[in-house]
Amino acid sequence: MIFSPIEIASLSILVLFLLPALAVLLGQNQRVLVVVCSFLTGTASLLSVIAGIWTVGSRITGKIVLLIGLPDLPFHLRLDPLAGFFLTVIGLLSFFVSIYSAGYLRGFIGHRPVTRLVVFYALFIAGMFMVVLADDALFFLVSWEVMAAASYFLVMFEDEKRENRKAALLYIVIAHVGAIAILLSFGVMAGIASGFGSFNGYTFDAMRQAKFPVEWATVAFMLSFFGFAAKAGVVPLHVWLPEAHPVAPSNVSALMSGVMLKTAIYGIVRVTFDLIKVFPWWWGAIVLVLGLVSAVMGVLYALMQHDLKRLLAYHSVENIGIILIGIGLSMIFTSFHLPVLAALALIAALYHTLNHAMFKGLLFMGAGAVLHATKERNMEEMGGLIHLMPWTAALFLVGCISISALPPFNGFVSEWLIFQAFLLSPSLPAPLIRLLIPLGAALLALTGALAAACFVKAFGVTFLGHWRGHDRPLVHEADWSMRSGMLMAAITCLGLGILPTMVIGWMDVIPEQLLGSKISTSAGAAGWMWLTPIAPQRASYSGLVVLLGFIVIFAAAYFILHVKAGRIQRGPIWDCGFEKINARMQYNATSFSMPIRRIFGYLFNIKEHFGPAPQQAHPAFPRKLHYFLRVRDRLWYWIYKPVIKSSYWFSRGIGNLQRGRIQTYLIYSFITIIVLLVFVR
Amino acid sequence: MKPGPFFIEIVQVAALLGLAPLFIGWVRMLKCWTQGRSSAGILQPYRDLAKLFSKNIILAENASWIFRFTPYLVFGTAILAGGIIPILSFDLPLAPTADVIVLVGLFAIARFFTALAGMDIGTAFGGMGASREMTIASLAEPAMLMSIFTVSLANKSTSLGQIVQVIYSGQSVLRPSIIFALLAFILITLTETGRIPVDNPATHLELTMIHEAMVLEYSGRHLALIEWAAMMKLFLFVMLGIACFAPWGIAGTIDFVAVLTAFIFMVLKLAFIGIGLIFIETGLSKMRLFRLTEFLGAAFLMATLGMLSFYILE
Repeated sequence: MIFSPIEIASLSILVLFLLPALAVLLGQNQRVLVVVCSFLTGTASLLSVIAGIWTVGSRITGKIVLLIGLPDLPFHLRLDPLAGFFLTVIGLLSFFVSIYSAGYLRGFIGHRPVTRLVVFYALFIAGMFMVVLADDALFFLVSWEVMAAASYFLVMFEDEKRENRKAALLYIVIAHVGAIAILLSFGVMAGIASGFGSFNGYTFDAMRQAKFPVEWATVAFMLSFFGFAAKAGVVPLHVWLPEAHPVAPSNVSALMSGVMLKTAIYGIVRVTFDLIKVFPWWWGAIVLVLGLVSAVMGVLYALMQHDLKRLLAYHSVENIGIILIGIGLSMIFTSFHLPVLAALALIAALYHTLNHAMFKGLLFMGAGAVLHATKERNMEEMGGLIHLMPWTAALFLVGCISISALPPFNGFVSEWLIFQAFLLSPSLPAPLIRLLIPLGAALLALTGALAAACFVKAFGVTFLGHWRGHDRPLVHEADWSMRSGMLMAAITCLGLGILPTMVIGWMDVIPEQLLGSKISTSAGAAGWMWLTPIAPQRASYSGLVVLLGFIVIFAAAYFILHVKAGRIQRGPIWDCGFEKINARMQYNATSFSMPIRRIFGYLFNIKEHFGPAPQQAHPAFPRKLHYFLRVRDRLWYWIYKPVIKSSYWFSRGIGNLQRGRIQTYLIYSFITIIVLLVFVR
Repeated sequence: MKPGPFFIEIVQVAALLGLAPLFIGWVRMLKCWTQGRSSAGILQPYRDLAKLFSKNIILAENASWIFRFTPYLVFGTAILAGGIIPILSFDLPLAPTADVIVLVGLFAIARFFTALAGMDIGTAFGGMGASREMTIASLAEPAMLMSIFTVSLANKSTSLGQIVQVIYSGQSVLRPSIIFALLAFILITLTETGRIPVDNPATHLELTMIHEAMVLEYSGRHLALIEWAAMMKLFLFVMLGIACFAPWGIAGTIDFVAVLTAFIFMVLKLAFIGIGLIFIETGLSKMRLFRLTEFLGAAFLMATLGMLSFYILE
């Protein structure tokens, strides 16, 4: 063997780090720069995918110690199946998005230099790869910061807009609050691991060996969960996500939503199942409850949006919630020593991680193609794009079906597995948790159904009907590189939907190593076509047969009905005989979600006003009506506003100390000396 | 003589295709009688379908492929579901394809595309129907799944064949959880199949319609497929309910006698259920759209009660 997987992964990171130098050299010729850099990031991502698939498939664990970093504290890299799985997820989407970028970035040429975008894009991907490879706290945090800082600059790319600067600031603040919590958590674990005596506890290996007292373990878990939740956008730490994701360039949004959030999931899994290992059940309950809240709130917020990318960003909150539901269930099952069920729930969570990366990446790429073509993010202005952008529409539709958890696409498989995990909860001995779990299943069902409603809205308003805006810009279809990036993601979505047994067989080594149990012997018990977790009698699903069934019935019905081919006439729209129909009479994003807004309105801060528009000839004969609607996040007022206000108040109070007069400062010194003399004798 | 494994699938799908319009005809006939009208006869749905199939299609000028694809997809999901739900026998070769959750997913994808087709033409009615349908579905689906989960928890499986088998083998005690689940299931069936008090299948009054609003622009064989699929959906929900709550009569083995007995049982059950449905439909009036949250909330509450009573009492 010439290379081991970890060497391939390191090589890919090296390529990504050398790319900025190349970018500076090529900066003069932007066209070449875009092509070369997209090619190189794509190649590097592909290398990581190979390394990841290889690692998980042949169950290798590779280690490297790099003698860089602080003196006497070298960097440790380790590629085990869990890291390999996340490496595959990140690499796969980065590969698709890099192909897509070649076309997407061309849209910027002539408007602004893209060198900065290309450089930070490469560093961003490199940061994500490093996070999953890190095997000590120091290297993990360095990588985490590389990732956060690079993504900050990517969000700031179009920095002439005030909205972007505000979003980037909010993002970097919350990212750092989270990073501090993670740092403290590693500090606690490293301290326990080395007995607070030396620095050697900072490697993950030392933490794995250590036995944590339960109170310290709780502190470490809570801190790290807080930190990772801030990165993942778990409610109530989600506020940065719908601000930062939409304003970044769409290829970056795809990566941020699709895979950057997953590094936080990786962190949670790594810390909980690999480093701490033994934990009480209520940790799992906390994760489960937060996951449920995020899932439901995320999708409800998404329904209220009319900005296409913002809507997708809120759906990331929802899907992170679904992943956390799986992880929470797995933790609960683990703490009650039910390893097979824990393995099922963990597989469901990881499968959803992979699925979400694919379909969310696909959807953001589609939204980027729409933005690229129409220069518009507001769905209220769109419509009828399916005729102008048939490829983008069809591929976006695949993403919509996948995220709405409809068979035979991939989103359904993972939600189905989570439902199966929920239905196994009667095996749990604790009564309290047994009451919580049915409600959880119901909320997950509600989430799935609301997501379907939301994507009927997103697809229907954007691509169907007529153009809703006043004058339609010259819309063009996405070019071949954007199309092929989306096409590959769409094919992956379908493949993951119809071949789940193979994927689960591949990734089954992860729960086997973390939890000591696997499900593939049961998951593939009835053959590769039938997904049968636990037992074939218990439940089974075959996406392939569903797909084939659709195709066969569709073909049969089509051919039988077209023997006597009735002519299809095209005519004007009927609409119950109404003649004066125009494009403004269509349902738009706001009106589509009106019933849901009314039913769940109490969860939001809604201001709605309807009446004749001001400044008209005569108020008795209104010619124009004015409709005002503002939906806001209640949590912003409940949590963030008070925090912001009190920190302003506090800093202003501190500021009062600095008056800029020498006399005042002398008094401070005098008081300090007196105090010291009194107390420090 | 032992018929092949796919014999039963063909019989089931044929029964579904053939009997679904008859069941609708039966329901309509009863409804006419209870309301003191003379009916068009039990065979009228067949005549409607035949008429629609023979007509040409007039397609709106801006209809996209989604609009033309949807009728086939909706029809296809109904037939696929007919091959999976144990209508006559629970020993189906296609049964492992899908358990109850997947069936709910199959109905959901049909609904997803119907709603998209409603929005495709760009009329106010289509969008209105799509918006209402998806809102109601998003409230109904959790209740539906909760009801089904209660059944599957009680029978330790989500696969329908297995549920039927467990009910057969087990002592059929009257469980409180199952009663609650059944009540919820009835309310959800009324919702999902667009019956009174949720939607009125007979009306074309713009302000009240939901399902009809989405398919207003369809004509010819497209409309025929959609109408037929709607009939099959009612039939399938009834069959799903029978399999989950009262499966007695469904054949376990595949031989002609057993299947014939199962067929007779099924027709009798359908006749009774039709009568029950008519009592509900004539006894209630259609609800205002925003009253439906209470209706569906009640369904959800009952399903949750069923599940809680399962956890507490059993």
